[in-house]
Amino acid sequence: MELVVLLILIFPLTGFLINGIFGRWTKPLAGVVASAAIVSSFIMALAVASGYNSLPFDHIYYSWISSAGFSVPFGLRIDSLSLTMLLVVTGVSSLVHIYSIGYMHNDEGYSRYFAFLNLFVLSMIILILADNYLLMFVGWEGVGFCSYILIGHWYKNPAPPKAGIKAFVVNRIGDAGFIIGLLFIFTHFGSLNYTAIFNNTSTLSVSLATVITLFLFVGAVGKSAQFPLYVWLPDAMEGPTPVSALIHAATMVTAGVYMVARSHILYSMSPISSEVVASIGALTAFFAATMALTHTDLKRVLAYSTVSQLGYMFIGVGVGAYWAGIFHLMTHAFFKGLLFLAAGSVMHAMDGLLDMRKMGGLIKKMPHTAVVFIIGALAISGIPPLSGFFSKDTILAEALKLNHPIIWFVGVVTAFMTAFYMFRLIFLTFFGKSRVPDEYHPHESPAVMVTPMWILAALSIAGGLVGLETAHGIPMKNFLSSTLGFPPAAVVETNDNLLMIISVLMGIGGIFLAWLMYIAKPSLPAKLANSVKVLYSGCKNLWWVDQIYNFLFVKPLWWVSHNFLWKVVDVKLIDASVDDVGFLSAFTGKTFRLLQNGFINSYVTWASLGVVVMLGWVIYSGGIR
Amino acid sequence: MIGSTEYIILLLILLAIGTIGVIIRRNFIIILMSLEIMLNAASGLFVVGSGITGNMSGQLFFLFAAAVAAAETAVGLAIAIVIYRKKGSVETDKFESLRR
Repeated sequence: MELVVLLILIFPLTGFLINGIFGRWTKPLAGVVASAAIVSSFIMALAVASGYNSLPFDHIYYSWISSAGFSVPFGLRIDSLSLTMLLVVTGVSSLVHIYSIGYMHNDEGYSRYFAFLNLFVLSMIILILADNYLLMFVGWEGVGFCSYILIGHWYKNPAPPKAGIKAFVVNRIGDAGFIIGLLFIFTHFGSLNYTAIFNNTSTLSVSLATVITLFLFVGAVGKSAQFPLYVWLPDAMEGPTPVSALIHAATMVTAGVYMVARSHILYSMSPISSEVVASIGALTAFFAATMALTHTDLKRVLAYSTVSQLGYMFIGVGVGAYWAGIFHLMTHAFFKGLLFLAAGSVMHAMDGLLDMRKMGGLIKKMPHTAVVFIIGALAISGIPPLSGFFSKDTILAEALKLNHPIIWFVGVVTAFMTAFYMFRLIFLTFFGKSRVPDEYHPHESPAVMVTPMWILAALSIAGGLVGLETAHGIPMKNFLSSTLGFPPAAVVETNDNLLMIISVLMGIGGIFLAWLMYIAKPSLPAKLANSVKVLYSGCKNLWWVDQIYNFLFVKPLWWVSHNFLWKVVDVKLIDASVDDVGFLSAFTGKTFRLLQNGFINSYVTWASLGVVVMLGWVIYSGGIR
Repeated sequence: MIGSTEYIILLLILLAIGTIGVIIRRNFIIILMSLEIMLNAASGLFVVGSGITGNMSGQLFFLFAAAVAAAETAVGLAIAIVIYRKKGSVETDKFESLRR
C-alpha cells in the first residue's frame, strides 16, 4: 500500500523530469509520455480505491523538517475525502492530457507544456494527499506556480504573461492569509498534522477557531477565485484551453473547497466563519453569474460560470453540508472540464477565435462537440438525471434545511441565470444562422480530442447517480461522511419534492428564456438591454470591478512605486549612495594622482620628507628598542 | 679637541647638503654627485661608529661601500649618457614620460 501510494506521486514526477530535461529530444513523444505517466497514476489511484476498506491510510515516509519543537513529516493520508479528490484529479487529468495531445500538436512549447502539466498534477496530488498543513501548502504553492507558468504558456503574446502575473499576485494575497492561519494553528497546537490538530480541538476557544478559519478562508478565496479575489480567473483564460479545463475548472480552483472541507472540524466550531464562507459563496455565485450573462467571449463565460459554481461549493461547505460541497466539486470537475474541452474544440476549429458573435450554426460542422457541449450545459443547468442536478440540488436543499433561506434563494436565482447563460452560449455558438467569417473553416476535432470529451460526457451524465437516495441512504454521503461527519440534522422542515421541482423549473426556465431570446426572437436582447440600461451595462462591464481595483489598489501602488520607491528611494537613496562610493574613490584617485607628477625631484622630496617624519616619530617615541 | 660629536655633526651637515642637492638640482650629473656626497656622509658615520666602539668592521664596511659607490657611479653615468643620447639633455624636467 505504501509503495502504491508513493507511485501515484512518482509517475507524474518521472513524466515531468523526462519531458523537462529531455524534452528537446522526446518532443514528438512528450504528449504520450506525459499521458502515460498520468494514466499510470490514475491506475494506482484505482488500486488504492479498490482497497478502500483499509482506509484511512496514513503513512510517514520520512521526516522532512525536524528541529527543536517543530517537526513536519512527509506523510501521506488517504481517507474517503482525499480518495475522492484523488480519483477526480488523476482521472480528469488523464483525459485532459490525452486531449492535449491533439490540441497542442503543432505547438512550439509542446514538451514544456506537458512537463509543467505533469508537475501540476504532482503538486495537486501532494496538496490532496498531504497529512499536514505544511505539506499541503507545498502542493498549494506548486499548483499556483504551475498555473502561472501554464497561463503564460504563449509568452510571446503580450496578454498571457500579464494574465499569469495577475493570477500569481492575486493568489499571493490569499496565500498570505493562509500562512497566517497556519501560524495561528501552529502556535496553538504546536503541530501542523491533521490528526494532531483535529483530535485536540477541545483546547481551542471559539474565537481562536474563528480567527484561524477566517485566515485559512482568505487563502481559499484566493485559490478558489471567490469574491473579492476572483479577478484572476477570467484572465487566466489566456492560457491553453486544456489548462483552463484542468487547472482553472476541474482541479486547482477547487483546492480551496477541499481545504475548507479538510478543516471541517475547525469550521464547524465557528458559526461565524461558516456563515462567512456560505455568504461569500452565495455572493460570488450570484455576481459571477450576472457577469456571465452578457459576455461574448466563449471561454470567459465558462470562467465566470466556474467562479459561480465554486460559490455553490462554498455554500455547501459553509452551511455545514461538507459532503455536498465535495460532491458538487466532483460533478463540476466532470461537466465543467467537459465544457472547457468542448470550448477548446470549438476554438481549435475556429483557429483560436472565441467571439460568440462570429459563430452560430456550428452543430452541422462539429456534431460531436456540439452534443457533448449540450450534455455539459444540461448538467450544469441542473436538469435531471444529469450529475449537476443532484449535487446542486443537494447543496440548495441543505442550505434551506440548515436555516439559510436567503442563501437558498440566491442559489435558486443563480441556477436560473446559469441555465440561461449556458444556453445563450449554446444557441449563439451552435445554432441559428452561421455568422462565421469566410476565412474560417470550422471542422470536427480529431478522435484524440473527441474521445476524452465523450468520456467526460458520460461521467457528466452518470456521475450524479452516486448521490441518488437508496435504501441505505445516499452512497456518496455515506462514503464522504466517514471523514467529514454527517451534516447536522435539519432545522427547517422542507418538502424535498417541492424543492426539486423548483430547481428543475429554474433550469428549464433559463433554457426557455435563452431559446426565446436567441432563437425565437433575436431582436429581444437588444430591446431588453435598452430597457434596463443600468443593469445591462453593469453586467456588460463586469460591475467595473477591475476598474475599481485598478483605482483603489493598482493605481495608488503604482503611484507610490513610481514617485516614491523609484524616484526617491531608488534614485536618490540607493543609486546615489552607490554613485557616491564610486565618486569618492575617483576623487581620492584624482587627488593623489597629482603626487605622481613624473619629476624625480619631487619623488625624492616626498621620500625624504617621509624619512624625516619616520625618524622624528622614532626619536619622539624614545628610540628603537 | 675634536671628538666624535663634531664628526657626527659634520657628517650630518654633509648628508643634508647631499639631500638638498638631490632635491633641488635638475641636472642628472649634479644629482649623481649629490648622491655620492650623501653616500660618503653615511659611510663616514660607519667610520665614526667604528672609532667609538673600537670595532674594525665599520671601517671595513666603508671600504666596501666606496667600491660599490664607484660601480654605482659608473652605472649612473652610463645611464646619463644614454639619456643624453635619447633626449639631448640631462635635465630631469624632461624625463616625464612615465607621467603619461
